[in-house]
Amino acid sequence: MYYAVTIALIITMGLALTRAIIGPSVYDRVLAMNMFGTKTVLLLAVIAFIMGRPDFLDLALIYALINFIGVLAVLEFFQDRASRLKKEDEVES
Amino acid sequence: MTLAWLLDIASWLLLSVGGIFVFIGGLGALRMPDLYTRMHAASVTDTIGPALIIIGIILQAGLTLASVKLVAILLFLLLTGPTASNALASASLLAGYRTEYARPLPEDESR
Repeated sequence: MYYAVTIALIITMGLALTRAIIGPSVYDRVLAMNMFGTKTVLLLAVIAFIMGRPDFLDLALIYALINFIGVLAVLEFFQDRASRLKKEDEVES
Repeated sequence: MTLAWLLDIASWLLLSVGGIFVFIGGLGALRMPDLYTRMHAASVTDTIGPALIIIGIILQAGLTLASVKLVAILLFLLLTGPTASNALASASLLAGYRTEYARPLPEDESR
């Protein structure tokens, strides 16, 4: 039963990667990478029990933390850039 | 008809339903037409998918240290997923993305 969940998670990671590659805007790509990170955490948790090594759960926890911080940092960066571009447009016009 | 058998059945059910939810969310995130509808679909994989899958694994693991770690992972995912979605939506709104699939806001009509 673990294998069915693993296959579903890997297919979903593929779908998220497809969205990240074809995504029209930056925010689609950030959304897809956030999904991909969540799926990675779940996949690590499932693989820990397939292989019988619960140490992997620590890796899953750390990955969840890093994924969250990374997504917030990227969003902050693009929000800054968007507001800066808007200000430059207002100055020019 | 023992307790272990019932726990096995329950955890298999939770794991497979969680896998189905995650797959549907991924499909929606790929097929939906707009950023905000995609976000709506992807939020399924951030909340109920991890909840069902991790509770299913906890039923298999029993009362061990691994269960405590799994509960920590689940709480963290449930806290951070909606927060990241909220930050993403506000960032894209501030950047000027609007959806075509919503009723216009009242202040949009007055402009």
